[in-house]
Amino acid sequence: MHDLQPDFEQLRQACQRMRKNILKMTHRAKGGHPGGCLSAIDILGVLYLEIMRIKPDNPTWEGRDYFFLSKGHAVPALYAVLAECGYIQAEELAAFREMGSRLPAYPSNEDTPGVDMASGSLGQGLSIANGVALAAKLNGTEQRAYVMLGDGELHEGQIWEAMLSSAHYKLDNVCAIVDYNRLQLDGPLDEVKSLGDLRAKWEAFAWNVIEIDGHNLEEIYNAFLAAAEYKGKPTVILANTIKGKGVSFMEDEVGWHAAGPSDEELEKAIEELS
Amino acid sequence: MEQIAPREAYGKALIKLGDINEKVVVLDADVSKASMTYMFRDSYPERFFNLGISESDIVGTGAGFAIGGKIPFVNAYANFLLGNAWEQIRISVCYANQNVKIIGHNIGASSGKDGPTHLPFEDISLMRVLPNMMVIEPADGIEMAKAVVALAEHKGPAYLRVGRVPTPVVTKGEDVFEIGKANICREGEDVTIIACGVMLSKALSAAEGLSKEGISVEVINLHTIKPLDKDTIMKSVRKTKGVVTAEEHTVIGGLGGAISELLGESYPVPIRMVGVRDRFGLCGTYDELHQLLGLTTENIIGCVKELINLK
Repeated sequence: MHDLQPDFEQLRQACQRMRKNILKMTHRAKGGHPGGCLSAIDILGVLYLEIMRIKPDNPTWEGRDYFFLSKGHAVPALYAVLAECGYIQAEELAAFREMGSRLPAYPSNEDTPGVDMASGSLGQGLSIANGVALAAKLNGTEQRAYVMLGDGELHEGQIWEAMLSSAHYKLDNVCAIVDYNRLQLDGPLDEVKSLGDLRAKWEAFAWNVIEIDGHNLEEIYNAFLAAAEYKGKPTVILANTIKGKGVSFMEDEVGWHAAGPSDEELEKAIEELS
Repeated sequence: MEQIAPREAYGKALIKLGDINEKVVVLDADVSKASMTYMFRDSYPERFFNLGISESDIVGTGAGFAIGGKIPFVNAYANFLLGNAWEQIRISVCYANQNVKIIGHNIGASSGKDGPTHLPFEDISLMRVLPNMMVIEPADGIEMAKAVVALAEHKGPAYLRVGRVPTPVVTKGEDVFEIGKANICREGEDVTIIACGVMLSKALSAAEGLSKEGISVEVINLHTIKPLDKDTIMKSVRKTKGVVTAEEHTVIGGLGGAISELLGESYPVPIRMVGVRDRFGLCGTYDELHQLLGLTTENIIGCVKELINLK
């Protein structure tokens, strides 16, 4: 964790840069889930640029904090932030979804520097975070495990198994973030299968719950600090977000779950972000 | 003949392993008495984690431990573990190529009277189809102890099949156990029997009986079902030109399936498979079930004779 207050204006500019990269990637690949990337990117930006102890020039540094993108379909957002940090070059982003490239359609630890775990099959990330957090406790290190979950992903039963495990083992070095954008592939979450009172559910599972605006960089930053300081329980950050955030015609539109923008749409979106 | 329960050999081997390798951690899904991992728990409580009845979660947690530099042994009943958590094993373990050891307990007819829900005859197949996965079923308690050590030394995903019922000891302490290297237990000329687990003891009994009738059988202990030791198998089969496989498991996709795939493609010879024939078990004792399912010395003998008659 960095000691100085971040320069939030600089951070905002970095997030806008990453938004543009996400749009370029999903435009070129004609897909790749831009909606859920744009809802997640501010959180990823704060996490990678201000919170996590990492060494981009030494991705497998033993003392690193861990991040797992359990909602693996938002991987363009992860690649954008990896490029912003310097794990990969920005030029390489053009290889997203290309056969044999280091940037496949879902996270792959075997392919991409800075990616610690494969995902793409929903529901698996929190268990992974618990495992690495338990290993850190066993080793007596201060390492932390961050995992981003999709809201629709919470339909998966494994998440709830893992929620019990994190609480049982009092994994205060685990921090889960729910990208709560309220839209999934088939439509609004509340129409497909409602999560009900999500805050009450996490609290009932003995988690420390922090609710924030997932696009307010200062709130995101403070939530991560508070999570790190909270002892005895794992913390979940329920981040209220907007799918497609930052691009007027994409915001809150379910159609942008998977599809990439056309030439004209890309141009318009980049213009809005500039 | 001396008998050892594979699970007991497994539990004891884990304790030794825990002593020599502090990276080893043991995870269990509320079956530590049956899996005998309670022995490891009592010796190294800080390295033992009971995740409760949550097979998907325990596999993912194991993968997390591996990322953190540990060597996790993940234990549960084979059918519940591989059935419930197959997709977690597929992605979080195999695709991610994590150093996780999946340990399936109460395999085959082990749980006898518990009946069909508790009798996994499909686990080898479920693991064999996964890229990066290794599949091992030791022949007896002595080999089990060696397999546990070898598993920890091998870096990568692996599946180990562990039985509950005491079975005859047929290997020796000095026999070399190398992952992926089949052992020829008995040399012969007329037919090759390839077996794993408890069926190796029955294969050896069959070979002994047949020798009295002048039939010379070669017996191979195929403790590693994946990766297949093609050299040892092909060398034997080129000589005998006939194969009987024997496993306490379905023949579909198991050891018999693996051998059939190999020989069908590269050296077609007549094959007979002793194993479970596309069915569930029943409630019954271990011996009753082996009888019912044809997992017997007599059945192996009959299959060898069929092949002799074809010659």
